[in-house]
Amino acid sequence: MDKAAVDKALEHISRQIIQQHKGIDNLGLVGIRTKGRYLAQLIASRIKQHQGVELPVGTIDTSLYRDDVSVTPNRPILCTTQVPFAVADKKVILVDDVLYTGRTIRAALDALMDLGRSRAIELAVLIDRGHRELPIKADYVGCEIPTTVDETIKLIIDEGLKHYKVVKLKDPTAKKW
Amino acid sequence: MLLNSKDFLEIKQLTVPEIELILSTAESLKEISQRDIKKVPTLRGKTIINLFYEVSTRTRTSFEIAGKRMSADVVNISTNSSSVLKGEGLKDTACNLEAMKPDIIVIRHPAPGAPHMLASLLDCSVINAGDGAHEHPTQAMLDLLTIREKKGDIAGLQVAIVGDITHSRVARSNIWALTKMGAKVTVVGPKTLIPPYIEQLGVSVSYRLAEVIPKADVLMILRIQLERQHGGFFPSLREYSKLFGLNLEKLKAAKTDVLIMHPGPINRGVELDPEVADGPYSVILEQVTNGLAVRMALIYLLLGGVDI
Amino acid sequence: MKLLICGGRVIDPAQGLDRVLDVLVEKGRIAQLSPDIDPPTGAKLIPAQGKLVVPGLIDMHTHLREPGREDKETISSGTKAAVNGGITSVACMANTNPVNDNQAVTEFIYSQARKTGHCNVYVVGSVTQGQQGKLLVEMGELKATGAVAYSDDGCSVKNTEVMRRALEYASMLDMLVICHCQDADLAPQGVMHEGLISTMLGLEGMPALAEETMLARDISLAALTGARLHIAHVSTAGSVELIRQAKARGIKLSAEATPHHFSLTHEVVRNFDTNTKVNPPLRTAEDVAAIIEGLKDGTIDVIASDHAPHTSAEKEAEYNYAPFGIIGLETLLPLSLTRLVHSKAMPLMDVIARLTINPARILSLDKGTLNVGAEADITIIDLDKRFKLDIAGFKSKSKNSPFQGAELQGLPVLTLVGGKLNTSEY
Repeated sequence: MDKAAVDKALEHISRQIIQQHKGIDNLGLVGIRTKGRYLAQLIASRIKQHQGVELPVGTIDTSLYRDDVSVTPNRPILCTTQVPFAVADKKVILVDDVLYTGRTIRAALDALMDLGRSRAIELAVLIDRGHRELPIKADYVGCEIPTTVDETIKLIIDEGLKHYKVVKLKDPTAKKW
Repeated sequence: MLLNSKDFLEIKQLTVPEIELILSTAESLKEISQRDIKKVPTLRGKTIINLFYEVSTRTRTSFEIAGKRMSADVVNISTNSSSVLKGEGLKDTACNLEAMKPDIIVIRHPAPGAPHMLASLLDCSVINAGDGAHEHPTQAMLDLLTIREKKGDIAGLQVAIVGDITHSRVARSNIWALTKMGAKVTVVGPKTLIPPYIEQLGVSVSYRLAEVIPKADVLMILRIQLERQHGGFFPSLREYSKLFGLNLEKLKAAKTDVLIMHPGPINRGVELDPEVADGPYSVILEQVTNGLAVRMALIYLLLGGVDI
Repeated sequence: MKLLICGGRVIDPAQGLDRVLDVLVEKGRIAQLSPDIDPPTGAKLIPAQGKLVVPGLIDMHTHLREPGREDKETISSGTKAAVNGGITSVACMANTNPVNDNQAVTEFIYSQARKTGHCNVYVVGSVTQGQQGKLLVEMGELKATGAVAYSDDGCSVKNTEVMRRALEYASMLDMLVICHCQDADLAPQGVMHEGLISTMLGLEGMPALAEETMLARDISLAALTGARLHIAHVSTAGSVELIRQAKARGIKLSAEATPHHFSLTHEVVRNFDTNTKVNPPLRTAEDVAAIIEGLKDGTIDVIASDHAPHTSAEKEAEYNYAPFGIIGLETLLPLSLTRLVHSKAMPLMDVIARLTINPARILSLDKGTLNVGAEADITIIDLDKRFKLDIAGFKSKSKNSPFQGAELQGLPVLTLVGGKLNTSEY
């Protein structure tokens, strides 16, 4: 997926969100770790273009809510959870790059619950690659890419949100954790 | 990324990347303590034992809250060192505790090396919460975090550690930590409380506080243990306070952005005047807040960090 | 029973002897010493080609712990360890429980040694009653019972007046006083050498000064009283120099060093291994070099083990709380050969002298030589054998040694005590 394809998928998601919420009051976007945040920012700026409203964007780190802390041989460096708006009584849309087993989303849901009782939580993902291990389904999907378990899908994106693309890689260690 | 050892015993053996990892993890975890629900489930089902052979309120409480905020079960065992001498030895105590399958034992002990002994005997992780005059590594980590928050970069800073260096584990851990991170450290105190060969650890020595104050970016004031007076290390608390205590008058010569730090508990009016301890340069309470974050980070990094 | 030790390289510093000879032992004594002795009928042949044949080693500084702490060592186990280490005579220190400050304890030790001992045992009585540093022991009585010296080893006689009287009284009896030089006030809680490592570890230090000030005092007292003074376990460069100067001034003085003080430095304390906790403490590389220099030039007369057994329960403790001391009987010879001979620091003959005839002369023992007619205390050594030390095989009851796993060269293979054969196991 090149930049144009990603843009197209993001546009699709943004329009769906606007349509679904008929106006976008009381809505907040929360990205999962760094890449989710970047995508949330890109979506927010598209919605601003269309509706002229700036949605608040936050980040959560799901590491502390994962179910595999003591079985992974390694772990990501923690990043700060930063949600600059009160989630209570807000509708929150979780944003992530790739939906795979569903375990990260499960952790993110728990993390979000600890920040307060939102009115509703929805899920937006750029790519759905299948292989779910939990009963989780995205509300907004940019693109579906069929994969095998020994493959991995990676969003490559820079901090300035200028260059991005999605690549598919062979990853022999993929199923380990 | 993980720490290189199953235990956290001393700053001496830590690498700079390990220090950076602990600091950045601690920074990320600070946010949890600001929530309404100050708890994350990550260490559910893990057990931490606080084994304290010396009285301590702040360090023990800090470890206890740190564990609980990460959902670990925390058990406190306090005992005094005299019972060690006559009763059960540390080895037996340790083996008995391990039989209950804890994941971490946090130990404070008056004898240098006691945590090392525990670590070599046990499979679980051991955290040194202060061993005699040897090290107090979590204190140094929280001091680094505090300095970094206030000053940005630690490298190049002038840090003065003032007081009883000989008997201070805080001084030793901070000397290692600060010099590894590139700060310039000066130890200041009466000659009777500066240990021999200390300059070989890469620090300067001064016996005159007034000469050190103007160039210091950080003044780290150590607690003077009142019983040292009777050991003949200095003539009186009155004279100590005059020569090495920090008051507003002496502070006039300091940089305008100087940081005043103290590991606590403070002897107000001895090593630190109340106006200074509670004044605008003091970051003493931030140190306590950061202590919690550093201990949460350590517990998180040590637990589940097993290679499989 | 006749024994013929054939073809060994016989080294006997007392006679200045170093050549390949046969040694014939008859009735527990050395009967003949010459090349190519014809084996008498019925003689047991002991081939010693390629080996050293030296006088049985004499360790003038051991702690056998009996009476009182038989859980650490007994006269039986300690002398067994000595023989395994190539040692045929030991002098045991007075800090037993009760302290050996009277005839009864001295007699007990000699009688136990006769009944259960495996080598010659000589008893050192204390200087003061209960080693309290106040009242003198009955020195005359102890001498009559067989004590070979007096020592409050473990500490110094702190009161200078008491020490002066002790030396005066001992010199009247022509007896040796052995001093553990340490000013306790200068290192009240010390557990290791005061230096960079103690500063790093936050462990209380024992400054070199504590040994040297007390040594200077005792040298002055020896000069004043004319007593024969022996300095135990010299550990600092300053002490070596003080002794060198005192000897140059003609003061009657002898000194010993232990293998651990010329093999290890305070660096090994870094990991808090309590088997490095010893008094006097392990010091710096400069001190080690000075001790070797002192051994070489004769300032230090004797190599002694300061064998100090402690149970593993006592040593498996925090560094501050573990007792001082390491075992040394079974490492005395291998360490001396490795660190002094194979390192080319000293000639073999001089090292053997410091393990045999020198301690014999200092203690006025009729030992330490292979003269014809002497009691057949003989140690046969494989000088070049390289091995990895395994303490598990030691005969001592205690295993508190910092040398586990050390790569050493040279060990005893066979020891004769009064003509009685013992095979060493390493």
